[in-house]
Amino acid sequence: MRSLANFTVMTTPSHPFAPHTEETPGSGGNAAKISVSHLNFFYGAKQALHDISLKVAQNKVTALIGPSGCGKTTFLRTLNRMYETVPRARAEGEVLLDGEDVLTMEAARLRRRVGMVFQRSNPFPKTIFDNVAYGLRINGWDQSRKLHELVEASLRRAALWDEVKDQLHKSAYALSGGQQQRLCIARALAIDPEVLLLDEPCSALDPIATGKIEELLFELKDQCTLVIVTHNMQQAARVADETGFFLMGRLIEFNVTKIIFQTPAKKETEDYITGRFG
Amino acid sequence: MPAYQTSLTQIARRRTHAGKFLERLRSGDEIAHMVTLAFAASVLLITFLLVVELGRHSAASWHEFGWRFLVTSVWDPVFGEFGALPFIYGTVVTSAVALIIAVPIGVGAAIFLAELAPPLLSISLTFVIELLAAVPSVVYGLLGIFVLVPLLRSYVEPFLQSTLGFLPFFQGPAYGVGFLAAGVVLAIMVLPFIISISREALLAVPMEQREGALALGSTRWEATWDVVAPYARTGILGSIFLALARALGETMAVTMVIGNDPKISSSLFAPGYTIAAVIANEFTEATDDLYLSALVELGLVLFLVTIIINALARLMILATTRRGTEHP
Amino acid sequence: MSARTHRRNLINVIMLGLTGLCTLAAVAVLFFILGYLVWNGGRYIDWDFLTQLPRPVGESGGGMANAIVGSGKLLLVAALAGIPVGFIGGVYLAEFGGKTFTFVVRYTADLLNGVPSIVIGIFAYTVLVLPMQHFSTLAGGLALAVILIPIVLRSTEDFLRAVPQTLREGALALGAPRWKAVITVVIPAAMRGIATGVLLSLARVAGETAPLLFTSFSNRFWSHGWNEPTASLPVMIFTYAISPYDEWRRQAWAAALVLLVLVLFANIGARLILSRKSLSRGF
Repeated sequence: MRSLANFTVMTTPSHPFAPHTEETPGSGGNAAKISVSHLNFFYGAKQALHDISLKVAQNKVTALIGPSGCGKTTFLRTLNRMYETVPRARAEGEVLLDGEDVLTMEAARLRRRVGMVFQRSNPFPKTIFDNVAYGLRINGWDQSRKLHELVEASLRRAALWDEVKDQLHKSAYALSGGQQQRLCIARALAIDPEVLLLDEPCSALDPIATGKIEELLFELKDQCTLVIVTHNMQQAARVADETGFFLMGRLIEFNVTKIIFQTPAKKETEDYITGRFG
Repeated sequence: MPAYQTSLTQIARRRTHAGKFLERLRSGDEIAHMVTLAFAASVLLITFLLVVELGRHSAASWHEFGWRFLVTSVWDPVFGEFGALPFIYGTVVTSAVALIIAVPIGVGAAIFLAELAPPLLSISLTFVIELLAAVPSVVYGLLGIFVLVPLLRSYVEPFLQSTLGFLPFFQGPAYGVGFLAAGVVLAIMVLPFIISISREALLAVPMEQREGALALGSTRWEATWDVVAPYARTGILGSIFLALARALGETMAVTMVIGNDPKISSSLFAPGYTIAAVIANEFTEATDDLYLSALVELGLVLFLVTIIINALARLMILATTRRGTEHP
Repeated sequence: MSARTHRRNLINVIMLGLTGLCTLAAVAVLFFILGYLVWNGGRYIDWDFLTQLPRPVGESGGGMANAIVGSGKLLLVAALAGIPVGFIGGVYLAEFGGKTFTFVVRYTADLLNGVPSIVIGIFAYTVLVLPMQHFSTLAGGLALAVILIPIVLRSTEDFLRAVPQTLREGALALGAPRWKAVITVVIPAAMRGIATGVLLSLARVAGETAPLLFTSFSNRFWSHGWNEPTASLPVMIFTYAISPYDEWRRQAWAAALVLLVLVLFANIGARLILSRKSLSRGF
């Protein structure tokens, strides 16, 4: 049961059973924003994640790479419990957000603190303004002046303001694919999350739109902690401070991005990085 | 190479053979095409004939009364005076009552089945609800007469009168039979249409929409109500229009509980009449031509109204399913 | 903020609960109808009900044998006239049709399907009863056929379209002409679905009352051949239900139970056929 998590207040990164992770290096002195230990994940009887332990450093970009079906998206979805939309999915182990237990926290509160951007952009069937304001409104922002300021600020942070400021009250579906994705980022940023999860946010975008979003990630990390899942290794190498490599539901290696890409410790990682499989 | 040559000639022979055969095949396909086309076209022919016949047989009434037919309220076969207003009124009021009751329940149930119930439960409950649509109209009427009407007369209508009696809809003696009874029966009858079509529209909403809302910290209800339902709104609206068309044209169950009295009253407790009900009751009694013609004209009115509403509903449902595939 | 969260969670639970109640209400109605009819109608069904003619008012006993046979005959006419038209028309839409004409036919069929059945009754009256000068089984059956055609047409088309394209191509690649591929491969592959659609459409028209009121009318005795007015279960239920005689009302309940059981069995049977198919095909 989850109550087990209550007495295992883990602070040290190393653990006798943490299989593939060494001391989490390269945190650059940043505190761990999220710390995961011995996470197992099941879809019904099928185990999708095996004993994952890692720490996500604050105000850094952490990338998760691996071949498709390796569990990286599942892992990302445990960080804000989005896996709960799948029936019979369950997570066991410990996931802490600033020391608070993610798996037992109230889901809505958790998700306000940990935002998410999806693989396919999913603007709501509303205007651009209402899309960004949605999260604010459900959380009780109703004075319109303040709301307007916050929407503008969010759109600016998502580098979309200049492109949409004259059409805030048009349907979000009028935007291009790249703009829609940045709108979704703005929408997530509007409620000022501490962590932003990005699930292959560029997989449906062209290189120019991808470049814009990558630029955006650099700017955002001053304000929040970013975790990005990508199957594009170059992207991970470009944007991430730290990178974890997943394979068949296990975290094979987790380290500073440079080390992962230049001198990986595990053979599997090296094989993947050099394109020998996957 | 005699063997080789024979086989060559054989092939050549087969080819010319095949050439002719192909011809016949092509014409065979042509024949199949024409035959099946004729059967498909018969649907158009029937519909066309239907319109022509309704027009032809209502001509006498149209010449006699013109537009007056729709706005006058005297229905007197003895003196040959026919005004359709009470029937139009009854049809509209009963359908409105039906929708007021059925839409919230239907959309609510559709939300439950599409968004909340586990798949297996959802499928079996939907099956049960679709069986409701298979229950013959006359059976609903039977239960209406013997279960619903006494219930309304003894309990529901007196209760409404004592609580909401200040409204004009809930005044006057409680007959049991009347607009309210017809509306309730119609509500039950159109419920399965609203539920199953709205459910499909909701299920066609991409998962990303739900997740997008949940990821912002929405509750399940907020995600459904603020995002999923608006995304599916055209389909839901389509289901409501379809239900409306059903309610307007429904005959037997209404005939059995409406009270069959061509009066326009503001009270829902009062007996009334609908277009379909008056046709059902009086068609075989219509002895003179004008009377019959007036009844056919009522049928024409009903036909046109339901066709228009149906056409809109189909277009809306078509639009949602299209959008579902277009928008990622 | 916490009070707000609390309120939002409360609304969430209340609204979700309400949607569950809505579903429960809808499902409960069906079980109520079934239960009430079985309880009420079951008491009055006996051998006489199924084998005897109606008795005059005042005499007890009697049955609805003529209405049961009449309904059977009406359905037979409807099936013989409606199924071929709907089926072959559906084959056209799915296999031979172009784009525009197919769309027009399909849309018209959907609209025809939505025409109130009482209006179909008027139509059958003006084109069949008026020229023939009398009510008949034939006119009633053909009125039902008009309702049947668009349903069979659309379901046939849908099930044919669900046949994978590779099957068609497989047959065509062997040199079969299109019509032969359709008859020998495509239609057999969709046969179960089509049969289901036909069964459902028959169940639907079996309960239709309005189009029969002035086409097949009613008859207290046996109807001979196809040119006489005939009794039918739905019309019998209607006239007996609104009659002032207890004995007739009791028979209306019994008749309603018979009709409902037939219709529901046809529906459940049809869906079972279909779900078995999808199970055995599931890969």
